[in-house]
Order: sequence, then C-alpha cells, then structure tokens
Amino acid sequence: MSTMKLTVSLLALTAVSATSAAARDQVQVAGSSTVLPYASIVAEAFGENFDFPTPVVESGGSSAGLKRFCEGVGENTIDVANSSRRIREKEVKACADAGVSDIIEVRIGYDGIVFASQLDGPAYDAFVPAEIYQALSATVPVDGEMVANPYTQWSEINGDLPGEDILAFIPGTKHGTREVFEEKVLLQGCEDTGALKVMLDGGMDEKAAEKACMAVRTDNRSIDIDGDYTETLARIDSNSNGIGVFGLAFYENNTDTLKVATMGGVEPTTETIAAGDYPVSRPLYFYVKKAHIGVIPGVKEFAEFFVSDDIAGPDGPLAEYGLVSDPDLADTQSMVADENTIQTSM
Amino acid sequence: MTDASIPSASVPDGAPSGRSSSLLTLDGRVRRRNAAERRFRMYGIGAVAIGLIFLALLLVAIVRNGGPAFTQTFITVPIELVEAKLDKTGNRDLDEIKKVSTFGYKPLVVDGLSVLLTRNGIDNVLTKRKDIAKLISASAVGQIRDHVVANPDQIGQTVEFRLLASSRVDGYFKGRVSRESLARDKNLDAAHLDIADALMARGALDRAFNWNFILGADASESRPEQAGIGVSMLGSFFMMLVVLALALPIGVATSIYLEEFAPQNRWTDLIEVNISNLAAVPSIVFGILGLAVFIQFAELPQSAPLVGGLVLTLMTLPTIIISTRASLKAVPPSIRDAALGVGASKMQSVFHHVLPLAMPGILTGTIIGLAQALGETAPLLLIGMVGYIASNPPDGIASGFLDPNSAMPAQIYEWAKRADPAYYERAWGGIIILLLFLMSMNIIAILLRRRFERRW
Repeated sequence: MSTMKLTVSLLALTAVSATSAAARDQVQVAGSSTVLPYASIVAEAFGENFDFPTPVVESGGSSAGLKRFCEGVGENTIDVANSSRRIREKEVKACADAGVSDIIEVRIGYDGIVFASQLDGPAYDAFVPAEIYQALSATVPVDGEMVANPYTQWSEINGDLPGEDILAFIPGTKHGTREVFEEKVLLQGCEDTGALKVMLDGGMDEKAAEKACMAVRTDNRSIDIDGDYTETLARIDSNSNGIGVFGLAFYENNTDTLKVATMGGVEPTTETIAAGDYPVSRPLYFYVKKAHIGVIPGVKEFAEFFVSDDIAGPDGPLAEYGLVSDPDLADTQSMVADENTIQTSM
Repeated sequence: MTDASIPSASVPDGAPSGRSSSLLTLDGRVRRRNAAERRFRMYGIGAVAIGLIFLALLLVAIVRNGGPAFTQTFITVPIELVEAKLDKTGNRDLDEIKKVSTFGYKPLVVDGLSVLLTRNGIDNVLTKRKDIAKLISASAVGQIRDHVVANPDQIGQTVEFRLLASSRVDGYFKGRVSRESLARDKNLDAAHLDIADALMARGALDRAFNWNFILGADASESRPEQAGIGVSMLGSFFMMLVVLALALPIGVATSIYLEEFAPQNRWTDLIEVNISNLAAVPSIVFGILGLAVFIQFAELPQSAPLVGGLVLTLMTLPTIIISTRASLKAVPPSIRDAALGVGASKMQSVFHHVLPLAMPGILTGTIIGLAQALGETAPLLLIGMVGYIASNPPDGIASGFLDPNSAMPAQIYEWAKRADPAYYERAWGGIIILLLFLMSMNIIAILLRRRFERRW
C-alpha cells in the first residue's frame, strides 16, 4: 500500500507543479501554414546556434494564430504569431482588449502565389487574372449585365485555353493566402473585365461591388481547401483537369509532379517576384508580443535571428526554400532591434 | 430460409407422405439444401479472402513505402577544422568558439567535399563550386559545430565526419528521385547525381540502417533526412503513463463499486447508460473538452503530454470500465457466496477472491484501451500536439510530462502534410513503428488472456 500512497502523492505533486511552476523556457509560435516551413527552419537553426531550447512552431492558419496570439499575455499564451497577411485593425483591437497592446510587426519577405496543375495534365500554361475571375466568380458580366456564372469550360472564356471543365482548388477562408487570391486575382480580374464598372454603374456602392467581385461560385467548380497545400496537391493528383493555388515554395518542392502557369505572361520565380513583375505575391509577417520579451527567454533573439542576413537574406536558407527575400531587410532588422511596435493609430 | 419448415400441404405432387426413399439417396430438396450450404461456405471463404487481400495490400503498401525510411545515405567527409575560421584568437575560449554560427561552417563543408572529390579522382563538374554542398544535408553544419563545441582541442586538425546526404541524393539511391525529375528542380542537378554515383562506387558514400529515424527528433521542412520519430515516441510514452496511472485505478474502482456494491436504482442505471454512451463518443469531442477544461480553464501548458494523457484518459475510461465490469460479471456468484459463507466481509470477498480472478480480463481491457489511445490523433490536434516540435528530447521526468511534445500518430500526420516528398516516406515509416507497437500490445493482451483466463 505504501507504494500506492507514494504514486498518488507523486501524481498530486506533478499536478500542482504543473499549474504553478511551469515556467516556460522555449518560445512558442503558431499561425500561418505558409510561414510554418520558414519558421521551423529558423527554429531549428536557432536551437543549433543558441543555448536556448528550440522554439515550438505550430500551424493552423493566419487567423487562428492571430486569435491565439490575442488571447492575452502570460506563459500560457503564444509569443509569436505567423501570418501570411497583415494583421487587421479589428484584430489589433481584439488584442488590445485582451491586454496585448504592444505588438511588433516583422515582415520576413515575400511569397508568390502560383497556379499549378498536373505535370502531364491539360495545358494550363498561361492565365491572366480576368480569366480566373471569369472562371471562378459567382457572377460575371455578359453583354453589360451581371449574370450567374455560365461558364463550364475554360475554352468558353478564352479559345486559347484548353477545352476542359473548370475545376479549381483555392485556399479556404481561414488561410491568409485566400485574401491575396481575392485581392490580386479576383478583384483585379473584376476590374479588367469591366465587371466592377458594370456593378458600379448599376447603382451598387463600391464596397458591395468589391465584395461581389470576390465571391466565388458555389456550384462545385471552385473548391475551398481548408487544409494544407498537401491536400490541394492530393486533389490535383486525382483530378487531371483541376488547377490548384499553391505557395511558390511548395511548388518548387514538387516540380516533379506539378507544372506552373504564368500569370499575365510572367513566370513565377523568386526573381520575378522580387522585381515585382509577377503580380500575385504578398508579404509574410510574424508578430511578436513585446510583453513577452525578457519574460520568456529567447523571444527577442529569435525575432532578430529570423530577420538576420544569414537567415532571411538572399543567400540564406529561407531563400533557398522559396522565400523571396525582402530588399528592405535592413530596416526590418533595426525595427526589431529597437522593438518598435504597431502604432495604435492605424 | 431454405431450411424453414415446409408445410406438408405444399409438398410437390407425387411425393408420398412419409419417407419412402433411403436416407442414403439424395432427393431434390436435400440437394438444394446442401447446395445452399456449399454456397454459403463459398461466400464465407470469399469474404475472408477479400479481407486478407486488403490486409496484404495494406501491409505491402506500408512496407514498400515505409521500408526505405529505415535506411539513410551517408557521406564520409574529411573536414579540416580551420583555426582561422573557428577560433580567431586561438585561445580556445568556448564562448568565442560558440560565437561562430553554423553559417560560418559552410565553407568548411565545401572545402571538405572538394578534398574528398580530388582524393577520389572525381571531377567537380558543377558550374558553381559552392553548389557541391547541396549533396550534403543542411544538418551537417550543426553536427560539425556541435562536435567542435564539445571537442575544442581538435580545432586545426582534419576530422572525418559521417554526414547525412541531402534528401534528394538519398531519394536517388532509394529510387524516389530520377535524373528526369530533377530537370526542373532547383535544389539539385543531374550533375550532382553523377558525383554521387562516383562516390558510391569508391565507397565514400554508403547507405546504412538509420537509427536516427527511430531514436532521433523531428526536423524542419528543409531537412527531411534528419527527421526521426524518437522524441514523439517519448511523448506517446509519457501520455500512456498518465493514462495508465489515472484510467486504471479510476476505471477499476468505478466498476467494482457499480458491479459489487451499488444499489440497483435509477441513478446507477443512468450512470451505466452514460458510461456506455461515452464509449461511443467520437474522440474529437474529448479533444475539444480537453482544450476547454485543461488548457483554457485549468491553464495547464499547451502541447504537454500531461494534457494529452488527461484527454486520452477520458477517452479510455469507458473502455476500461466496460471490460472490467464484464470480467467481474464473469466470476461466478458461487465464489462470492462461498467467501461470504465462511464469514468474509463483502470487501474481503471482492478483494481476496473476485478481483484476482477478474484480473486477466481487466488487464486485457486496459491494454486494448491503451493501444486505442496510443493510435489516437484527433483529440491531440486540438490541444496543440500537432506541429513542428523541438529537437530537444525531454530532460528528466517532469519535463517529459510538461514540456511540449508530439505523439507518434500526430507526428505521422505532421509528416504527411509537409511539402517535401521525402517526408511522405517518413510518414509511412512512422506507421510501421506505430503498428509494431500496437501489434505487440495486442499480442501481450492475447497472451495474458491465454495464460490466465479461467473457465468455469
């Protein structure tokens, strides 16, 4: 019986120590699944080069990560949120309400969003935003009238495109990638096709018209993927007529099964994105809780290491993996060093 | 339906009432019945065969896809630990040596590889000399730096390192990567493969059993060759400890009370119904409960095996309670009566007689419940045990319970999600290890039952 008592008391002890004295000594990161590979590469190198333990990086999507980030201040909340889009005003406010008022915004570089399809599938080689808009939008202009999307084949939109059924796998709404896809492809296409003008002339206010531009059709020709790019890849593998939306880095790791389409005549590469020629790219960010600097060991060192030239520079491991390095990296570095936070006036 | 009793009125005409033919000659109806039986047996054999075919397909797929994860390609490279680069002052001050980051070690690897090529008489056909480092895993620089930090006295010497080949070189020798598939790949060129082939022929490159896969830690997306399942195995182990320490005593106590002591009334009926219902609740529900109760309310640390264990305990409890109650019920009442008859108290009869006899059944149920918990992924998704997890194995028991960790099935899920196809092979390899664990637990359960089960 005495061993029994011992185990019980031991258990009670662990439970107590768990609640009170769980001083966290590693940085915890969560957020965008696009930033996850970069963050994990940095975390690994950080663990190798510093005496701090390797940070823990989780994925879950930009919005989910920022939501956890804004839960509050303390050991039980994450220190860094990765995001493939900029934090929204609403989120800054939610953060401030929960006591997270000082947030450092760090831009790590740029990521291209590419349209890819099966390597030996139909010749989806070149698109312009207008074609994607016409294929995927819920309503399109026909003869100056907005009608429910009538297109079923790519060739109906542009005779040069293959005569295949329209089927696209686009990131779900919880992904930051979705926002870029909406703004840089759908909205752009909406303007290019004149649909935006038709709607404005029809008496819609600008906000509603833009929203209508970004609404995708719901007849199973455009499919939201809430999972990771591997899920999109699996869908592409089983649907030879499908095109998928991927991050450039993911595509570059799977060139043996995927081929990429040009957008507006420009092929997506790190060079064309850095030069600003390829239209569908977006900056990647991570957000640091200033209140955790000095409380959780290694937070600031991690942030500085992330944007150091060795890591995020054009020859660093992140660029090797597919990140387009930021030409203004030096500004970001000094901003992190000075712990400049987001101004609440924004 | 064929052997349903046939009313005599429907007997075909001509057949006399009563049996006139011999039992040894088969009439039409008997033949039909026999044929129906034969058909049924064929269906049965067919069903078993289909099951076996699927099992065989599954096993072949797992072993074919996962087998390669257990070997890895290594390149033995002589690296000169240049003093001017690693310890500029030359006073072997450890703090100063540590200041040289892994990036400072990259030129050493390039030089080492060049030396290796010249020594073996292989031409460096690459356009950029630096690109030769793509043969080697990105983990190499960390490995060399760790060695230097541990042995600062070796600075200035040339040391032979056994370095991991990069995942694409490794994939080439495993048949995953071909020269054609590299045509559009910017991570490696066909020229690298020519060099790798030449190194293989001269013995500087070899493929060996990969202990690191079983014992090692997870790695980042850019170096699948370094990833191992060892740390998440420890995470699973600590979770199972929690499950065992909580679910077994709670489950057994509940069952004994309900089976032996509790009065039969509405309350106990209600509890019984609820326990049976709980056993059928999808595991993700326990996950979200764990998130709400253990992490958000009790503020236990995220991603900790302790929390994972608590959640899995909730999931395993009904299994243990149901199997324990079944094995308590199987103990004949005569045993209890005899014990009570010679003057034992109720508690004595239970603990001295009934429980020991029910023990094999309880243990079997517990092991099956643990095996189920070991393979469970869904609840772990919600409490943050899925994600890239540190390369640090837990140091000590408290850290094993409280530090963020992964679990084997969560690790497999994580690998399957990653971009690099090399991780796909790792995921299958992880499945092999997980299946081995589950199989051995089930075998233990079967052996226990065989060895100790008593029939009355």
